[in-house]
Amino acid sequence: MKYLDEFSDPVLARRLFAEIQRITTQKWAVMEVCGGQTHAIIRNGIDQLLPNEVELIHGPGCPVCVTPLGMIDKALEIASQADVIFCSFGDMLRVPGSARDLFGVKSRGGDVRVVYSPLDAVALAEANPHKQVVFFAIGFETTAPANAMAVYLAKERGLKNFTVLVSHVLVPPAIEAIVRSPTSRVDGFLAAGHVCSVMGTWQYGPLVAKYRVPIVVTGFEPLDVLQGIRQVVIQLENGRAELENAYERVVSERGNQPAQAMVSKVFDVCDRQWRGIGEISGSGWCLSDDYREFDAEARFDVVHVDAPESDICRSGEVLQGLIKPNECAAFGQQCSPRTPLGATMVSSEGACAAYYQYRRLSGTPVGV
Amino acid sequence: MGTSPPDFSGWTCPIPLRDYDRIVLGHGGGGQLSAELVEHMFIRAFGSGEELRDSAVLAPPPGRLAFSTDSYVVRPLFFPGGSIGDLAVNGTVNDLAMSGAQPLGLSCGFILEEGLEMAVLGRVVDEMAEAARMAGTTVVTGDTKVVNKGAADQLFINTAGIGLVPEGIDVRPDRATPGDILIISGDIGVHGIAVLSQREGIEFGTGVESDSASLNGLVAEMLRVCPDIHVLRDPTRGGVAASLCEIASAARVGISYTDSLLPVPGEVAAACSFLGLDPMTIANEGKLIAIVPPQAAEEVLAVMRAHPDGTGAVVIGSITENHPGVVVAKTAFGATRVVDLPLGEVLPRIC
Repeated sequence: MKYLDEFSDPVLARRLFAEIQRITTQKWAVMEVCGGQTHAIIRNGIDQLLPNEVELIHGPGCPVCVTPLGMIDKALEIASQADVIFCSFGDMLRVPGSARDLFGVKSRGGDVRVVYSPLDAVALAEANPHKQVVFFAIGFETTAPANAMAVYLAKERGLKNFTVLVSHVLVPPAIEAIVRSPTSRVDGFLAAGHVCSVMGTWQYGPLVAKYRVPIVVTGFEPLDVLQGIRQVVIQLENGRAELENAYERVVSERGNQPAQAMVSKVFDVCDRQWRGIGEISGSGWCLSDDYREFDAEARFDVVHVDAPESDICRSGEVLQGLIKPNECAAFGQQCSPRTPLGATMVSSEGACAAYYQYRRLSGTPVGV
Repeated sequence: MGTSPPDFSGWTCPIPLRDYDRIVLGHGGGGQLSAELVEHMFIRAFGSGEELRDSAVLAPPPGRLAFSTDSYVVRPLFFPGGSIGDLAVNGTVNDLAMSGAQPLGLSCGFILEEGLEMAVLGRVVDEMAEAARMAGTTVVTGDTKVVNKGAADQLFINTAGIGLVPEGIDVRPDRATPGDILIISGDIGVHGIAVLSQREGIEFGTGVESDSASLNGLVAEMLRVCPDIHVLRDPTRGGVAASLCEIASAARVGISYTDSLLPVPGEVAAACSFLGLDPMTIANEGKLIAIVPPQAAEEVLAVMRAHPDGTGAVVIGSITENHPGVVVAKTAFGATRVVDLPLGEVLPRIC
């Protein structure tokens, strides 16, 4: 594929690996923030080919994985109601709540549908005036503009049967929470390129200045990821802490202004729970007062629904690279890819799930 | 009245089938409407070698029999490169072929939703007949039921097939042996992407067409040059990843393949990339995986490439005694990745 294959070229990759090897003189822990980057790393085995000194810590940037249990239970309760068409992005369907998942609701007669765009959910609401259509608005800054647009259009068109269950999360507060943690081991960050394509890079300058931590805006193709790692390591080795953009073909400093305008019209910043991490202040978006009528939590009276996170799951510590997955007592026992307790086991690329798979490869019994 | 009495011998109802442009419940009731549907729809397409009776009677030559059944509920019914009709024939013919068998005959059960357009059924039946002809077999027995509107989604088809396994052929998953060579017969992921591209709510423009095809001709050629083929598998639901995981588990062997050797067409790679899917887990309907002894690999590959259904055949990996039960991909950069059995339905990723 033109413009994609070029960014997976093994020859260029070997050069980048060799250069990272050459410039690395000591141990560094680099966190890739976004789940898409983790995907590229695991899929291509990038982590196996880096020098031993460079450790990648998979960050909290998978929106499906960090959606809290309580929010999933709200979704399940709404989706179970008669006369509701519940619309979701595909991979949310198998994320377990405290008792079951959306597939389970569907099998009991719930009308659960996978959509690619929130605008499809708006169209469903228009086509089904006697049904309540609910869209599960999850994701980072990347999915927010389209989700905001859906709500905006629903208001423009006077739709009374469309609501959104909002669980939006924001990257900069999450980075700040990690870097402020007294136990944090992260020396530098690869910021999420797609998030920055929407929001620009300007949000990250203050973080770099305040915490003296290198942040490199990084893309998702294998060479993008390697280039991001290279730039972080160069900064660390030279004692620099700067904001750099290694994804200039997509990301500008100011980002996508119309998208930002749409988001700020529909959403306000709020506190948000993250699965396996806990509450992070100012780390989410919720509907602004002007659009409160589209809030599914209120319409379906599920505000009170909550579910305690597992008290044995240590995914928060795994996320920060403080422990290895197998140091958690639940690993491979109560917690496995089929029965995940925390964010890092929910995604097939989460640190715990990846660790679980490689245990199979090395022949080591899982859970030992 | 002065004229001779009417002669009713040989009389059939003058109301032709086409007067019903949709399926009504009576078409499954076992009466005249059912009989007309059989006569004008099914026998027209599938033929009838003998008088209608309750079962087909086959006279198999010596050898072992293979027997397989599969149900088809694909949506939409028609998609680029195929339909539920040719899938229903090819799928079952291929299931037989993966045991090294050539089909002796197929059965076909229809579950029709009341209100189904007769023209739609006609097209499906014609495509089944054509697929059977291509595979060198026939539909020898069948059944039709009609259910109330809403109780089925247009039409469902079940086919079963009986096939003959020639003497000396023993193809099964647990024969995969360390050292064996892993071959795939051509481009992967095209069927699943062709169907997805037409699915409500996801439609996207692509030139990808389903690879739906019967593979018994290709298999016959392969077995001709290498009767000792160890494993054949058509990687349908779950894609190549699921098939390889099942083989590794059944034979307690490791399977290792190389990402860069996988034949993934550009349009499939592009669609998978923007949908967040993995081509290895996408369904195929006209491809096979072959696991063959190393000394036979070259010859098998040559006859595959010479056959219209195997022109894109390539070696993608091998069987190993390392990591028994586990499938491992070698990445383009030289690292490794564990390939897992997809949990259930393939779902698009958001991130």
